[in-house]
Amino acid sequence: MTQSEMTHAMPPFDDEPLDTVHKAIIFEDVAISFEGPPVLDGVSFELKRGETKIIFGVAGSGKSTMLKLCLGLLKPDRGHIYVLGHDVTVMSEKELFDLRSKVGIVFQESALFDSLNVCDNVAFRLMEEHLPEAEVDQRVREALSFVELGDAIDRFPAELSGGMRRRVGIARAIITHPEVLLYDSPTGGLDPITSTTIIELIMKQRDVYKTSALLVSHRLQDGFTLAGHFYDPVTKHMKPTNGMPAREILTRFMILRDGKVIFEGTAAELGAVEDPYIREYIS
Amino acid sequence: MELNSPFEFVKRSVLIVQEYAGLSFSALANIFRKPFYMADTIQQADLIGVGSLPIVVLTGMFTGIVLALNTSKTLESFGSLSLTGQLVSFSMVRELGPVLTSLMVAGRNASGMASELGSMKVTEQIDAMRALGTDPSKKLVTPRVVSTVFMMFFLTIISDLVGLVGGWIISASMLGLDSYQYWNSAYQVLKYNDVITGLAKPVVFGFIIATVGCFYGINTKGGTHCVGRSTTQAVVASSVLILAVDAVLTQLFINLR
Repeated sequence: MTQSEMTHAMPPFDDEPLDTVHKAIIFEDVAISFEGPPVLDGVSFELKRGETKIIFGVAGSGKSTMLKLCLGLLKPDRGHIYVLGHDVTVMSEKELFDLRSKVGIVFQESALFDSLNVCDNVAFRLMEEHLPEAEVDQRVREALSFVELGDAIDRFPAELSGGMRRRVGIARAIITHPEVLLYDSPTGGLDPITSTTIIELIMKQRDVYKTSALLVSHRLQDGFTLAGHFYDPVTKHMKPTNGMPAREILTRFMILRDGKVIFEGTAAELGAVEDPYIREYIS
Repeated sequence: MELNSPFEFVKRSVLIVQEYAGLSFSALANIFRKPFYMADTIQQADLIGVGSLPIVVLTGMFTGIVLALNTSKTLESFGSLSLTGQLVSFSMVRELGPVLTSLMVAGRNASGMASELGSMKVTEQIDAMRALGTDPSKKLVTPRVVSTVFMMFFLTIISDLVGLVGGWIISASMLGLDSYQYWNSAYQVLKYNDVITGLAKPVVFGFIIATVGCFYGINTKGGTHCVGRSTTQAVVASSVLILAVDAVLTQLFINLR
């Protein structure tokens, strides 16, 4: 670790070094507003390594903003955000470019580059790093094979369906084998069958590569499917956990309301919560 | 429509100028920083330069024709019809060539850049580019600025030449002027300072076109309907800025004579 990295890894007001071995993302009293009331107001939470945290909340509750904050695409008005031990709130754009190679993001509408075909979209980061063409080609094929879209390699985004675009978005995010993945409403606007396919891919990434992930969603069903199933590499399909606790612990839930975290816990804890707002939300 | 206080308006205007200056500075500074996007620069040069050739040729030609037609009546009344070549040459090289070419390129390319980058912004493609570890200023802005500046230089030379040809066609076919006399007077009237003025202006105008187009594109906020607004603003702002800077540059080069 360099001197600069050591500096970023140090918490601002605490003498204890941050536990970046077991925690991939730490939010400390984060607040942000855009010409109006605060979108996030004093949000604090931690994402453990290998854990998938599903963030729920009504539209405009700041879910997508949290993901952009993690990548340093937005700067908070207050608080600190540590991603893989680096405080992204004090890092320059140039320093962030290096960190972002360890963090993948799948945008809400995929955000694929219109002018590039699927191959070039997925290979974008590798080509920017000027890796050998043969290696780029091999890794693109691997990533597309992971999302079961090997046949679409030469197509342009305009020729793909919504579900295929999301899958290309996932392939683009995982091609560098990131340590953290951020999913922004990956099933938004998709039909139930395609949504299940996408959730299965996220589950595969979680269970096969043990990648830490923040997942923003409107669909409770997605969260409970992720919490209650695991990916079976033999059958290549998801299977119910049947209450195996070790698997459930890897997937936790968080609910945002008016810029604050009002719930954080497992699927079982969410089911047992008494708060009337949360009960109405999950009903 | 929302009414803002004058203080708010001034604050917002200063912020826009500051952001524009920041983008322009980083576009220039990126030329000296790795990585260099040569393929993107060449592609943009093709789109901007070769793509703008037809309108630049037509504009230059008709401007030369109109200059010769309009001035011939006045010159004839003074018995100085032979000066048509001088007048067309001086006007085209010093002023009309650079300005009209820039306005044409601004209409075509500043709008194109604003709409392309604006669409990328509202569909989160620019955020995706940043998230993938690429600086959009290096990848998108600098290639456009470099190629526009480079191509404007050559487009203006072509426009000047075609304008002179337009003036010659009218002089020879309708005014009965000798071709040699036309071209000789057109050549003789030009001083070193005129040529420098005529070639320095498009470089500055090219920079304005690209930076303004990219600035409005990258700062597009809201949905796709805002892309149209950014496009209009880019054309208006770049056109006005070209004319305003032209006035300043003209005075500057006159002082240097």
